[in-house]
Amino acid sequence: MELINQHTKAIMEGCKERARAAGLTFTDESLEYIVTNRDLIELSPKVMIPTLYDYWVHDVEVLRGKGEYELYPHNPYETVINTRPPISFYNDNNPDWLNVMIFYHVLGHIDFFQNNLYFRHTWEYDFTGQALSDKRVIAKLRAEKGRWVDYILEFARSIDNLVGYHDELSPLFMAPEAATSSRLDYYFDVFLQVEKKLPVGEYLKEVARYNDAIAQNREEGERIFFAEVTAKYPEMEAHFAKSQNVKRVERRDLMKFLIENSEFLARDENQWMRSVLEVVRKTSIFFQPQIRTKIMNEGWASYWHEKLFLVDDRIKGHEVDFARVHAGVTSMPRVGMNPYALGMRLMYQLKENGDKGKTGYEFNRLSDREERKHFDAASGKGDEYLFKIRSNYCDYLFIKDFVDQEFTDRYDLFVTGKRLDPQRMVWQYYVKSRDANDYRDMVLASLYHPPHIEIAPERGEEGMLYLVHHFEGKQLVSEYIANTMVGIEYLWGAPVQLETSEAVIEQQRGSSGREGVEEPEITWQRVVYTMKDKVLNRQIL
Amino acid sequence: MKDPEKYLEQLKAKGLEPEREARFREELAGSRELSTSDRRGPFPDFSRGLYAWHDLAVLQDQERVPNPYQLHMKALDELLERDRQREKDGFPRKIRVGRLIKPGKGGKGKIVVVPSTEEEKFLHDPTIRPPGEGGSTGGSGKGEEGEVIGEQKVRETGEEPGQGPGQGEGEAHEMGASAYELGRVLTEQFQLPNLKEKGKKRSFTRYIYDLTDRNRGSGQVLDKKATLRKIVETNISLGNLPDPADMDPTRFLISPRDKVYRIFSQEKDYEPQAMVFFLRDYSGSMAGKVTELVATQHVMIYSWLLYQYAGQVESRFILHDTEAKEVPDFDTYYNSRVAGGTEVASAYKLVNEIVEKENLAADYNIYVFHGTDGDDWDTGGDKSIPELVKILSYVSRMGVTIAEHAGTQWTEVARYLENSGLLRDKPDLLRMDIMHEDAEEARVIEGIKRLIS
Repeated sequence: MELINQHTKAIMEGCKERARAAGLTFTDESLEYIVTNRDLIELSPKVMIPTLYDYWVHDVEVLRGKGEYELYPHNPYETVINTRPPISFYNDNNPDWLNVMIFYHVLGHIDFFQNNLYFRHTWEYDFTGQALSDKRVIAKLRAEKGRWVDYILEFARSIDNLVGYHDELSPLFMAPEAATSSRLDYYFDVFLQVEKKLPVGEYLKEVARYNDAIAQNREEGERIFFAEVTAKYPEMEAHFAKSQNVKRVERRDLMKFLIENSEFLARDENQWMRSVLEVVRKTSIFFQPQIRTKIMNEGWASYWHEKLFLVDDRIKGHEVDFARVHAGVTSMPRVGMNPYALGMRLMYQLKENGDKGKTGYEFNRLSDREERKHFDAASGKGDEYLFKIRSNYCDYLFIKDFVDQEFTDRYDLFVTGKRLDPQRMVWQYYVKSRDANDYRDMVLASLYHPPHIEIAPERGEEGMLYLVHHFEGKQLVSEYIANTMVGIEYLWGAPVQLETSEAVIEQQRGSSGREGVEEPEITWQRVVYTMKDKVLNRQIL
Repeated sequence: MKDPEKYLEQLKAKGLEPEREARFREELAGSRELSTSDRRGPFPDFSRGLYAWHDLAVLQDQERVPNPYQLHMKALDELLERDRQREKDGFPRKIRVGRLIKPGKGGKGKIVVVPSTEEEKFLHDPTIRPPGEGGSTGGSGKGEEGEVIGEQKVRETGEEPGQGPGQGEGEAHEMGASAYELGRVLTEQFQLPNLKEKGKKRSFTRYIYDLTDRNRGSGQVLDKKATLRKIVETNISLGNLPDPADMDPTRFLISPRDKVYRIFSQEKDYEPQAMVFFLRDYSGSMAGKVTELVATQHVMIYSWLLYQYAGQVESRFILHDTEAKEVPDFDTYYNSRVAGGTEVASAYKLVNEIVEKENLAADYNIYVFHGTDGDDWDTGGDKSIPELVKILSYVSRMGVTIAEHAGTQWTEVARYLENSGLLRDKPDLLRMDIMHEDAEEARVIEGIKRLIS
């Protein structure tokens, strides 16, 4: 890897000036490297982080079949990484005009990394630096513990999608003045709801009462409020005191749970394993926002590289070259989904909506299709609106909120289905639906979403760890269950159970599909897997 | 090509249980094939997810760089050592070797055998959906709701380029080179047995030492006959033997150089050659995992034999449904598929014909490996068993692999092989291995041990 030459760097700096003028914001420094194929061979298993820890699997061909992107929720071939300064990678033979386009695209990403709030937890440190120290930790441990470090790495990586990314993120946004006392939290969150099971109306009245108390006396309001509470519920204080002694147990973040609660990991001789788990967990959480903003991030970068390139005075004469590459990047495929194309079109739509004022109450109360179509309040707030969305949205909300019938009609979007024609024995690709709701659901269903697996400590018998998979319409990859549970059992130091749902496909004999009448249906059954002494058992509930 | 429909009618005329008939019909319809429908078709982007798009490819035309597998082969020993250590430490093995991967751009790739692994996690499985349903994705452009915008045949005869492990167009030579390496690995690392010597024919290149060379003047054992002949020669030339009719050995002059000795020398042993027949059922019912399993096992067996015979292995590939045909290379062997019925006897018969016509039995160690899902329209093996008996008269080993579909048990082929008693009577010649279609690689290797040990 070597840095780009001064000539190319000057182009990049020119791009930065123009991008800033257009409203993008990012740190001053950036590093651009030329990468060869050889570099890529080393970089891609390390998800483009040059300083990532070493692990033997990086040197082996990894089978990537089922659920590849669920398995590796970070792109191994990203052009720019979210570090301080941001690092981006280039071929050595790009012509200048192409570099201009790529630079704008990269600046779009950098702006997104540094302003989108889902990346908030990555803003205060440089991940390559962090990774380097982690790499040294792992290397040092490996020198002491040998192959056992790799086993722990393996087991940790096998659960690195079960981390509490959102739990990590939300405290960062808690305004200090919004913090409430733990007594108050207990009273409203647990005491009234869980213990007293207050009806909603009563509950809201209680909230109002509290707000009144605060409004009347800012300093002493809470004290006065609780004085009344104690009069009404004398047991409240005792319950609260008791609850303070109960340690909060992690339920969503399996890695954190193991680090905090595994007796096996707590033993003196196993303490080091926690560091390995920490490294893997931190790495996973660092990458989480990336995959949750793919459509937005690519759409944002494509939107800006188009806009900025077209007005860049340095690249005159290459409009056609640009058009060809740009169309390749952002054209909507006849069948399939292109995040660049989809994201960019949505960005344009939102910009237009903002400019015409189609974002407010005035517009949203209209129900007449024609009126909606021709609505134009000429508010000119497109850019402001767009930048706000860039900061506050992730893919899920972006798609859920903004894919509407106007959008899908405008770009002729539809859901493509694939079905079997049993008479002619062909797979047919067909226009399944042009309804925006269906389109939206289809996109939402294809977004990254790790299984929701919760730890239920109260259900584990005799030291067992009990995991509950909350079924969301998709079963787990069954081939992977055994080995994943071997790892968890090892880290927990005792048997592990997983409750999940599995498909039962009724295979009717004789209905070869020729008649096509009796379509086999999927029914779901709840099962429990038990991993004990590395032996897996399955039991139907 | 026999018309399977007609053939089925004939079978029916002879009397066929309705249950089996239904199954045969199903096979003809190819309904089991639905599980492997992820071939490319008219819209390659159909199964390409959102996250498969990335900057380096779309902006800089930089496709995923294939790993330089040859480099990794050097590290293979180390990897396998690590893997064996894993097993000792009580964890399941993780390295797989028998995978074929197609590197390079476009459809033209080479087959190489590389170590590979998988990282398991709890993940949602996107492939579970009702049969007949192929999933959905986005689309754009013209077309009314319900309008069909493209089609793809469920069943394609012949070449079937695909993606993922285990597929690709290969060059036989390339295959051979790394297969040898794989064979070494299998033999050494997975403790597959070495071949047993069979009769005079030995299985690998080796030298024997014998008193075969002659030397004049000195040596270990005097060759009296040769020495005497030499003495006579010398005396004739000296004129010391006037009358051949009346010889007096006592008057012979003997030069030290006349003494001929036999001495020890290194002799290259007879270097045997092996001929391997790979037979595979490619009928409709063989779709999906079964084929992959059988092919994987056959790659490994081929590799193992290649190593055992120091490269002196010739292989022949035979595919069969109700008729058998020979195909030129492994790739065609692997990737071909039809939707006919199944008649195992056809393949056995073809082997017998080839062996007879080319007189192979005299010059080769012959191995026959047959992979099937166990289905056979030939009830009770009436046709297969006689052909099988014939094969057993000359083979060094015949191995039948049955990869059972989920839900089936005790298949036709398994049943008649068992009933014939051949498995019991000739365990040295005939072996059978039954595994489940979901078998792991370790099980496949285990199966090879059963077939060849």
